[in-house]
Amino acid sequence: MSTGEQVNGLSEGNLRRIEERKARYPQPQAVLLEALWMWQDEHGWISEEGMRYIGDLVGAPYHHVLGAVTFYTMFNRKPVGRHKLEVCTNVSCMLRNSERILRHIEDRLQIKTGETTKDNRFTLVEAECLGSCGTAPVMQVGDRYYENLDTSRVDKILDDLK
Amino acid sequence: MEPLLLPPIPEYHRFDVYEAHGGYAMLKKALSMKPADIINEVKASNLRGRGGACFPTGLKWSFMPRESAKPKYLCVNGDESEPGTFKDRQIFEHNPHQLIEGTVIACFAMGIGTAYLYVRGEYKHWIDLVQKAVDDAYAHGYLGQNILGSGFSLEFVLHRGAGAYICGEESALMNSLEGQRGYPRIKPPFPAQNGLWGCPTTINNVETIANVPVILHIGAETYAKIGAPRHPGPILVGISGHVNKPGVYEMPTGVPLLDIINSYGGGVPGNKKIKAVIPGGSSTMVLRGDSLEGVCMDAESLKAAGSSVGTAGVIVMDEDTDLVKVLWRITHFYRHESCGQCTPCREGTGWMEKILKRFVDSDGTYADINLLRDIADNIEGNTICALGDAAAWPVQSMLKTFRGEFESRVTK
Repeated sequence: MSTGEQVNGLSEGNLRRIEERKARYPQPQAVLLEALWMWQDEHGWISEEGMRYIGDLVGAPYHHVLGAVTFYTMFNRKPVGRHKLEVCTNVSCMLRNSERILRHIEDRLQIKTGETTKDNRFTLVEAECLGSCGTAPVMQVGDRYYENLDTSRVDKILDDLK
Repeated sequence: MEPLLLPPIPEYHRFDVYEAHGGYAMLKKALSMKPADIINEVKASNLRGRGGACFPTGLKWSFMPRESAKPKYLCVNGDESEPGTFKDRQIFEHNPHQLIEGTVIACFAMGIGTAYLYVRGEYKHWIDLVQKAVDDAYAHGYLGQNILGSGFSLEFVLHRGAGAYICGEESALMNSLEGQRGYPRIKPPFPAQNGLWGCPTTINNVETIANVPVILHIGAETYAKIGAPRHPGPILVGISGHVNKPGVYEMPTGVPLLDIINSYGGGVPGNKKIKAVIPGGSSTMVLRGDSLEGVCMDAESLKAAGSSVGTAGVIVMDEDTDLVKVLWRITHFYRHESCGQCTPCREGTGWMEKILKRFVDSDGTYADINLLRDIADNIEGNTICALGDAAAWPVQSMLKTFRGEFESRVTK
């Protein structure tokens, strides 16, 4: 999603939604995480420009926004591939061979965990518990959970993610 | 026991289906009751929080000031990030209206005008499902201004997190909701006096709130007789790891762990022996597989066994499991999730992870075993919030219960 190009602001729709959301809290800063989500959805990652822009929108100084963006692990602080593969390796997934899933993806994509493929299609990261322990091993791609993974299922999923 | 939290009714998540099966009748009943009577009913039911601490819910509600010049808030905690826990997600998916109904009843009882449901960022799909239910409830007058002409109004706001285990800690959750880093706050003051934006606030777990309509429906007396007398009610137990049928199962409290594993969970694959069980999410003390006889899924029984009920996330490990590696992975998690405010937790979790990695690589020493124990002991009780304890307990209990596993990795 990220192109690295300079993109200004948020869409009209999101700006309107932010104003609507502010009305639901006594202080506008409560909308910070949601506004950051919107920025990330539109731009793929959160740049310094984005943090300053969002800070102005919700009435928070840059250092405060930076503090939040660096605290919450789901915010991308650098560009990522079109599909961010987040493979859970916490205990319940580990007991059901999540390590093999992770190694399989690394081998197939020829990248290490934490890296992005040269064609910018995939970024692979290790995730903490995703709350899907009964259907382990699991990985999250965007908003979607892929559960009960095995290597052949992973191959199919990767083929389908263009 | 007939399921009360996750009834096996097709499409129960839909507003029309929920209502057709008696849904929102308890909201109507509650609006005709005196708020204090609702709190007394919840007290009498002996419902204890399902988020890990097992605190009596009615008592917590009674801490809220009746009269307040400031607004009052309810936070429903759907951060669900404790490893081994995946139960609230079932409520979001299959029974969101019962959660909404319970929220309205709780807010009416405490005189609260705004409820925030905080859900972990990863659960975007489930947030969308719950938002649909919330929209339907608004459209039918069960949320919003002047609910069913009662004069009582409630705003219900869904709030999405962005990836931080610590935000399941109630004071971190409030900071996160206010748009800050999820740093836990020093207590006292407690949320009932000084919570969100300095206003009186109650924080309850999703499953706890979903129990509230049940209590009004069957009555506190009947509810209090379900399961274990001192920790009664239905409970959602998540079973994961080495079992044939992992998943979330509703059952009364007090079911023996061995029944949970062998009947609900379908036993261990290959009929292997159970080496270890973590009974209530990764923060709870590990139990030996050969010491499970008579141990039940309720607060008192698990306490007596040296552990706790936590979030009822049962992680089963068979005889071939490398427990050293398991503990290293658990400690890696707490190191990753430590918010960094308190030195013992921030530094200690990192040291424990590094030492445990040595054992994973069969490069530990006897001195390391004592050092690990020493670090854990110095984290426990010395931090603002319970994450420090949660990081220390698995280390302490694993070293105590399975010391031989670590000694066998000592090479010098």
